[in-house]
Amino acid sequence: MIINHPLLGPRDASEFVYLGDASLINRPDPDAQNAAELFHTYSYERANPAGEHRELWYHEQGDRSWLVVTRNTLTHAITEVEMARDVALKQGRDR
Amino acid sequence: MTQSNRIKGGLIDRSQQLGFTFNGKPMQGHPGDTLASALLANGQRLVGRSFKYHRPRGIFTAGSEEPNALVQLRTGAHQEPNTRATTSELFDGLTAISQNHRGPLEFDLMAVTGLLSPFLSAGFYYKTFMWPKAFWEKIYEPVIRMSAGLGSLSKLDDPDIYDKGFLHCDILIIGAGPTGLEAALTAGRSGARVIIADEDFVIGGRLNAETCEIADGPGADWARHATTELASMDNVRVMPRTTVYGAYDHGVYGALERCTDHLGDSSGKPRQVLWRIYAKRSILCAGATERPIAFGNNDRPGVMLAGAVRTYVNRFGVAPGRTVAIFTNNDDGWRTASDLAAKGVDISAIIDSRNQDAPTQIADARVVMGGRVVDTSGRKGLTSVTLANGEKVTADCLAVSGGWSPNVHLTCHQRGRPIWRDDIAAFVPGADLPDGMIVAGAANGTLTLAAGLADGRDKATELVKGLGFTASKTPAIVAQDEPADLSAFWHVAASRKPAWLDLQNDVTVKDIKQAHAEGFRSVEHLKRYTTLGMATDQGKTANIPALAIMADISGKTIPETGTTIFRPPYTPVPIGALAGRARGSGFRPVRHTPSHKWAEANGATFVETGNWLRAQWYARDGEKGWRDSVDREVTMTRASVGICDVTTLGKIDIQGRDAAEFLNHIYTNAFLKLPVGKVRYGLMLREDGVAYDDGTTARLGENHFVMTTTTANAVLVFRRMEFARQCLWPGLDVHMISVTDGWAQFAVAGPNARKLIQKVVDCDVSNDAFPFMACAQTTAFNTTPARLFRISFSGELAYEIAVPARYGNAMMGALMQAGKEFDAVPYGTEALGVMRIEKGHAAGNELNGQTTATNLGLGGFVSAKKDCIGKVLSQRPEMMRDDAIRLVGFKPVDHSKQLIAGAHFITRGDAANMANDQGWMSSVTYSPTLGHSIGLGFIKRGHERMGEVVTATSPARGGDVQVEITSPHFYDPEGGRQRG
Repeated sequence: MIINHPLLGPRDASEFVYLGDASLINRPDPDAQNAAELFHTYSYERANPAGEHRELWYHEQGDRSWLVVTRNTLTHAITEVEMARDVALKQGRDR
Repeated sequence: MTQSNRIKGGLIDRSQQLGFTFNGKPMQGHPGDTLASALLANGQRLVGRSFKYHRPRGIFTAGSEEPNALVQLRTGAHQEPNTRATTSELFDGLTAISQNHRGPLEFDLMAVTGLLSPFLSAGFYYKTFMWPKAFWEKIYEPVIRMSAGLGSLSKLDDPDIYDKGFLHCDILIIGAGPTGLEAALTAGRSGARVIIADEDFVIGGRLNAETCEIADGPGADWARHATTELASMDNVRVMPRTTVYGAYDHGVYGALERCTDHLGDSSGKPRQVLWRIYAKRSILCAGATERPIAFGNNDRPGVMLAGAVRTYVNRFGVAPGRTVAIFTNNDDGWRTASDLAAKGVDISAIIDSRNQDAPTQIADARVVMGGRVVDTSGRKGLTSVTLANGEKVTADCLAVSGGWSPNVHLTCHQRGRPIWRDDIAAFVPGADLPDGMIVAGAANGTLTLAAGLADGRDKATELVKGLGFTASKTPAIVAQDEPADLSAFWHVAASRKPAWLDLQNDVTVKDIKQAHAEGFRSVEHLKRYTTLGMATDQGKTANIPALAIMADISGKTIPETGTTIFRPPYTPVPIGALAGRARGSGFRPVRHTPSHKWAEANGATFVETGNWLRAQWYARDGEKGWRDSVDREVTMTRASVGICDVTTLGKIDIQGRDAAEFLNHIYTNAFLKLPVGKVRYGLMLREDGVAYDDGTTARLGENHFVMTTTTANAVLVFRRMEFARQCLWPGLDVHMISVTDGWAQFAVAGPNARKLIQKVVDCDVSNDAFPFMACAQTTAFNTTPARLFRISFSGELAYEIAVPARYGNAMMGALMQAGKEFDAVPYGTEALGVMRIEKGHAAGNELNGQTTATNLGLGGFVSAKKDCIGKVLSQRPEMMRDDAIRLVGFKPVDHSKQLIAGAHFITRGDAANMANDQGWMSSVTYSPTLGHSIGLGFIKRGHERMGEVVTATSPARGGDVQVEITSPHFYDPEGGRQRG
């Protein structure tokens, strides 16, 4: 597979390490009333779609960017590649 | 033997003779021959025995689809089994032997299995060898192993070199027949970067095998001129002997180039190169494969595909027989007749299954329209064929044509499904092609010459325009379409004798019928039950006829019956090529510590820890074994001072205004208020609350920290921290870099460590100025930048000193020199381990992915005042049970007993079973300091059971030992030594 890195252009997938569902960005609020429940869902429950999947890839043999790659799990077609940091900031994550 | 079947013509160099042997028999051939063509030239028709029935078999094709002619090539370590004689280029001195027979090829002792064939039909393994059960291991399996299988391995190391390479292009053209060449010329002239690859060693595909004309000259000449023109273009790479074997995601292709297989001696050059080709677009011009017709005893040596007969006659100047008969269902078979006639080879009969007029006249040849071959004769080679009316026709070669199947294989590699075309009775590529691929020519069902050339040109023009190039305006070349009428015909139903479909796996029409009768009706089941289409040829000639017969039996059409789709590789790829240089010591890089040379020079024994090679101990003269050395290193360190290279621990440099806050998220304990110049132990959890890694982090400046991780987790911790930085807390101002390889680090431990260190560094290291857990940036020997940390893994007064890695080897020597007056010893990983168990530090055995902070006795390190990764889930009730296992120490009641790691704890008197399991021993060592064996382990409520004696049981490794529960801190539990 080839991942079109937003900063570095097309790179072979072998340069990357795969993590999984991009929902891992959405770490719950540890102070929430039901934090234990939220963290349980966050840690253990993932969608496993046959089709479009937003997932995290780490450019370990490259610039060490974490990317959010939108990939079709049936065809491997990649339709979007974003910097995970930008995605996280957009989703309101901060410090 | 002379080349009795050599005839005039062909693309071989008759000026040179090449000598080779087959089963020890010397033979002759010419450059340009394959082993198969040379064997035929020498009159050798019998070349092997079949897989199951050990039937005599001959050369069936002239290409990579060959099911029969598999030989063992070369000798000794270079020996290579299952090599297709039809694709092996002849070289001087080649040695080949036939496979799959016991005793000589002509009198195979296993041929008796042929008589047992009624019992060896589809699924016979599953049925026959079921009973009696006891027979399996001693009788059935050895017999099957002996009789099955093809060639054999040398069992010696492969002496050849294999390489891997990467190529990029605009357009990859797969196959260099007429369509591929015309596409490559079109694309190349436009200026696009083109790679054209072909599995053959002569470019041109069928043009070299046929007598067709292009631009008023022989097709083979046109192919040669086209190749010359392509080779002259800087933007084109022509790759003969290169099989594109797989189409992968996003325009990535796998290709195997056979660089020196055609030479007697590779002269140290790589034998094969495995290429990964990145192509923006590709054109599959892989051509088509001829398929046989099934009839009685159609597997005898001498029965050959009609197109292969033409290849041998036209390209190699070899007559596969003296008297040839032809059995065809299409016009193409007739070309064989005209080509043979032109070369003066006798044709005894042309049998055409179609009920129509003969398409052409061939002088002197008997023509049987609407004819059928029902049987053949000849024990080790064909002598005659029998027609439906019982008439026997003399022939030592029968050319069979059942039509051509497009080579759609690569179009299926990304789940594409071929579609059926009735007019050519074949599957053609479907709509779901791999990224960027289009298909042209015969591979796309365009089976005739002029149409194929035009298709190649048009498709290439379309592609180059799409890529922004201007297509060249060279006029179209002149060629004729050959007649190609065909009427589907798969199987002579009137045959009573076994009719073979898959020659390599000995699958007959009867097997297909039986599989169907037994309910194996899906194509995928059929394949697995009968083994049809398996092994080295993957059923290239067998699949479609078998499918047609399956359709016929089930009363469905072929497209309704389905087709098996293809996976890579197109043809077999040697494991050696896939491994490339990654074998032996090249399999995985070895990392040397900075003081490796010093350690080598000073008698170190090394151990692999991950990729690292670390000094395990340093033996001295007179020591009888590793225990002597390790005990001495521990004792001398505890008595005076010892030095150990600890560079392998992960080191991460963390900087930024929010670095401290970031560490608060990563570690369970607080780092915000760690003063500059201080080090703190830190514990990390996984988000599920389980302990993950530990280490120390030093604050070198307000916004500057250096973290250490365990050796094993150095890469993983860094990866997680990048995730936390970029994805979880992207608003923090923090940056980091791995400096594991940047700094050489040494532990200097023991009561004299301060005296030694004071000689080395240029700062005050008195206990007041530089107390336990202090750190500083300083210099060593007045010049070398150094970092000094007062941390202790051994429990002794200890320091770790880091210098830039390039000074590491010198530093080790300098530290030893400075320590000479204290009798300093170097110590290895064993002594390091002994001292950490004596001190009760957790390591990998304890942080094993199952234990929590509570289990480790580190519950207090999980700060109640702040969040960190893993904190929320670490507070779940089950993770904090009162009766949870706790890390404690164990010592044998009888000090002479040795403890065993992995032993489980049972309350004394209880039965040793899972229900009574109390925990396990995680680390053990002999403690030279205490004079007996000690261990660390986890036991329920361990911290409340000090002094209790329990049974440590290890039934598999030496029985029970009574052990007393103690503090894990066997050595200096108050910590006076490390603080002193």
